[in-house]
Amino acid sequence: MANLKELAARGDKFTGGHRACAGCGASIVARQALLAAGDKPVVVTCATGCLEVVSTIFPYTAWDVPFIHSAFENSAATISGVEAAYKSLHRQGTVKEDIRFLAFGGDGGTYDIGLQALSGAMERGHNMLYICYDNQAYMNTGIQRSSATPRGSSTTTSPNGKKIPGKIQFRKNLTEIMAAHGIPYVAQSVVGNWSDFTKKVEKALAKGGPAFIAVLQPCRLGWGYPPELTAELGRLAVETNFWPLYEVEDGRYKLNATPKERKPIGEWMFQQERFRHLKKPEHQSIIDDIQKDIDARWEQLNKKCSL
Amino acid sequence: MQKIILAKTGNEAMALAMKQVNPDVVAAYPITPATEIVQIFSQYVADGEVKTEFVAVESEHSAMSACIGSCAAGARTMTGTSSQGLALMYEMIYIAAGLRLPIVMADVNRALSAPINIHCDHSDSMGCRDAGWVHIFSENAQEAYDSMIQAVRIAEHKDVRLPVMVTTDGFIISHGMERIDTLPDAEVQNFIGKYDPLMHLLDVKKPFTIGAINLTDYYFEHRRAMVDAQNNSLKVIKEVGAEFGKKFDTGYGLIEKYQLDDAEVAIVALGSTCGTAKVVIDQLRAKGVKAGLLKIRVFRPFPTEEIAKALENIKTVAVLDRSDSVGGFGGPVFTEIRSALYGSAKRPQIAGFVYGLGGREIDMEQIEGLFMDLKAGKVKADSVSYLGVRE
Repeated sequence: MANLKELAARGDKFTGGHRACAGCGASIVARQALLAAGDKPVVVTCATGCLEVVSTIFPYTAWDVPFIHSAFENSAATISGVEAAYKSLHRQGTVKEDIRFLAFGGDGGTYDIGLQALSGAMERGHNMLYICYDNQAYMNTGIQRSSATPRGSSTTTSPNGKKIPGKIQFRKNLTEIMAAHGIPYVAQSVVGNWSDFTKKVEKALAKGGPAFIAVLQPCRLGWGYPPELTAELGRLAVETNFWPLYEVEDGRYKLNATPKERKPIGEWMFQQERFRHLKKPEHQSIIDDIQKDIDARWEQLNKKCSL
Repeated sequence: MQKIILAKTGNEAMALAMKQVNPDVVAAYPITPATEIVQIFSQYVADGEVKTEFVAVESEHSAMSACIGSCAAGARTMTGTSSQGLALMYEMIYIAAGLRLPIVMADVNRALSAPINIHCDHSDSMGCRDAGWVHIFSENAQEAYDSMIQAVRIAEHKDVRLPVMVTTDGFIISHGMERIDTLPDAEVQNFIGKYDPLMHLLDVKKPFTIGAINLTDYYFEHRRAMVDAQNNSLKVIKEVGAEFGKKFDTGYGLIEKYQLDDAEVAIVALGSTCGTAKVVIDQLRAKGVKAGLLKIRVFRPFPTEEIAKALENIKTVAVLDRSDSVGGFGGPVFTEIRSALYGSAKRPQIAGFVYGLGGREIDMEQIEGLFMDLKAGKVKADSVSYLGVRE
């Protein structure tokens, strides 16, 4: 894996000057992914969403690599077309380079509206890496709930109200859905752990075939915290076991980090405005439910990893 | 050059044209009545008869999305669909045109749900008429074959660079066996030439961004440029059609006039109905009735001036629409033509007829009846009626 010094020496392919919020985690995901790709030529696509709108306001672009955006739900389908063109033109000898294909999508564009296109592309086996920057809601349109939004979170379409205390449902486990596709590489990573993410991007790109990485990406606006805490909140999500770092390589599960001592979920939740309403004593049962769910998921994951 | 005479259905003819174009990428999804195009093409791929990378996508939305990615990556790209499939693509149809990607698509015209129906009308492709695609109708399998080949040249022309949709009429053309003249593979290749995009995503040494967000300061200019491209394509379609005629004997224009110049009464139609109308006109002419037909081959760009000129000396014209603009005043062909005629000093009386929805048959007797009604002055000008429906 490239060390920090090497990464720092690589020129940015996702460049500054874009319009992301201070403390935006999505731009960190894009920048680190392209740094990890290094000198390998990549073509990038991105679903409609925060990352796309902040980075490509015409006539400017933050992407110093070939980049295409077409719509919201079809990042995987769009890149599969690019990759098919590559296969065809490379076979015919008109394109000589060894090119990799990268797709980005937020949780809305990946867990929800883009799930079909993603599943189709993965089943077809395109040589592509799909990176979901999962900030757990539709942040670009103003913080609406998605199927990645965790239970209890107050969003503009699952607001905390007099009767309903935020989102009722638990989040969908997309990483497991992707693992069930039987593709060569699936992983979870997080903003705030550059070495874990860099390693995974490098591995996914080197492996060939379809690969998927879900990156938990704290969003200062949607989660409600001071911008300097982005990386910290990412790490805390790992330390509470809310977001385990693991990978599924050729079907084999591997945990990449085990907290010395699992921190209670409240430590992560109560630094965020979206969960603030749950501090009320009458909502303790919700916190308990969430903790139970985290512990159960962790146990299941550990079982898979010990197989 | 020796043409090869074959018996082909419309779908087979379109698939054959695609094979001879030999695109770099085809991304498609099956749907009745266009499934065969995808099926036959898949067999060409499986048998190694084409160099194409075939992407069997999981939906039409992804079909057009993959075509967009592929075409932006510099690959000559084709697809085919129909009806609900085209409707599912709708979002991406606009994006393909807006990104100025010369994708060529076969659309087998079929009614839109509900009620669900698999038979021909033009509501699917007419629903895309404002999307920015060049939109070509076919009277028969021969035209479908010829237009698919020409479409590549039109789409990729440097003054156009827009996607092109070539349509046939579901089942009527798609599944009807006809005798068609086909060209040797090499002739097709010579005619279409090499695809040479201005820039493409796989040119990794020259990175660029396609699909950037345009706000109030640039969006309008980009859309306006697309209008220019559509207007430019009027000339290009005629040039390509004329060159095709010079090389292969059958030339193509934007419209076709059949017994129209001295006609007293005329109908305007698109697609397979034109073939039926021609037979009726021959019979009526033999009886001394001066009947004529204006066939519109190219609906987008709309050949406004040519149509106004072609109709200026006719007394009464019936415009046949195989789709409706529900809640509007007449179907899309009627409203376009009425608008085209408004500026003419000399213009015919005009009435609209919506017919054939969901594959409802239009027969020779109905067309003859229409001509006779026109002649007898029984058709009320500036009216819209429904032909062949139980009211």
